[in-house]
Amino acid sequence: MHATTPDGRYHRQVLLKELGAAGQAKLAGARVLVVGAGGLGCPALQYLAAAGIGCLGILDFDVVEASNLHRQILYTEEDIGRLKAEVAAARIKALNPAGQVEVFTIRLETSNALEILARFDLVIDGSDNFPTRYLVNDACVLLDKPLVYGSIFRFEGQVSVFNWPVNGIKTNYRDLFPTPPEPGTVDNCSEAGVIGVLPGIIGSMQANEAIKLITGMGVSLANRLLTYNALNCAVYELEIIPAQHTTTLAPKTASAFKNMNYDWFCQDSEDHYTELSGADFNRFLLEKAPLVIDVRNVWEQPKPTEFDYIQIPLAELESRLSQLKTEQPIVVFCQTGVRSITAANLIAHRLGHSFVYNLKGGITQWKSNQ
Amino acid sequence: MTIKILAFGKIAELLSGAEQEMSGVETVGAVRKKLEADFPALNGLRYLIAVDKKIAGDEALLQEHSVVALLPPFSGG
Repeated sequence: MHATTPDGRYHRQVLLKELGAAGQAKLAGARVLVVGAGGLGCPALQYLAAAGIGCLGILDFDVVEASNLHRQILYTEEDIGRLKAEVAAARIKALNPAGQVEVFTIRLETSNALEILARFDLVIDGSDNFPTRYLVNDACVLLDKPLVYGSIFRFEGQVSVFNWPVNGIKTNYRDLFPTPPEPGTVDNCSEAGVIGVLPGIIGSMQANEAIKLITGMGVSLANRLLTYNALNCAVYELEIIPAQHTTTLAPKTASAFKNMNYDWFCQDSEDHYTELSGADFNRFLLEKAPLVIDVRNVWEQPKPTEFDYIQIPLAELESRLSQLKTEQPIVVFCQTGVRSITAANLIAHRLGHSFVYNLKGGITQWKSNQ
Repeated sequence: MTIKILAFGKIAELLSGAEQEMSGVETVGAVRKKLEADFPALNGLRYLIAVDKKIAGDEALLQEHSVVALLPPFSGG
């Protein structure tokens, strides 16, 4: 069954004069990278695979959690604990066996981003944090790749197309938001909440933009920002124009890009945890059911019996960070409260977790006050 | 002269409403100053301002019925 015959899988879209067999061939020859296989990435991947994109890249180092399932609709309960990028790849390969899939179960960094993005024609930003958004934006500008942007907050979404010329004019994320917001001033989905269907709508719009750019159909959102409010269906659109400051803020060469520290850039150098006294810790245990982590080496004593905790030695913390996504506050402790500062900062910075506490004086001081 | 203010995201929550009117302001800068005075939590937040669907700086002049939109960035995905 040929793809474009009446019983073929693309027949219904090939019928559209705006697409046709020529457009379908362009989709088959396209290579699209989706950064983030979460709320936005799932629907984008589904519709791009269904449309016949030749090669889809999926980049995500995270694992599936129960709290993802209301909105990340490629995943089922059986997938909990598995790597999202691998599950998503299997799902979309089943959707479109003729399509190629490349899986990247890694964190995007300045050391690998240019190399990975260079292998694709178009990038979709389905990430969930500002450092990645700025990193991907700057990399796409440097590599001259179009970037389909989408982001969500509660019931609202934003969509745009960056780095795509219209009448010779190109704009990107920094023409909208030249610098990232102060840490803690913008909540992500785990802090603010989100209606499940919203990323479905925004992610599908991103897939639509990608299809239009690849096939040349219609009018894309290049140089425009579209906002959508799922609570009242309000749509607002604004025109993006190149801003003078943008070229001074973004790295202009590959080596300048590799020297950028997007994590620092997006966060000031202050600590992002709160010191917790022994008394407050006791109150937490009663009232807030925190996740308590012992970051000492496993042989260190004393081992407290008064409360529940998990052991993650500091040296292993970075590799086990993905196990820590939790809605509860996190309290870290060590012997005297010094090593746990490193742990607290690592958790707060890497996970963007707003409620990280360090047990002041460590377990030693806490025990002596009981 | 009366203008309309459209707020998005967390800004709509801070301003206790997505839409409101404002009088006695001639420039975007004046709007910003008045809002930051009335809603101090706005200070320190990053957002773009658009007038009648075009991004505008503080010096931009307003007209009767101008629609001034305040959009914060979203990170959710």
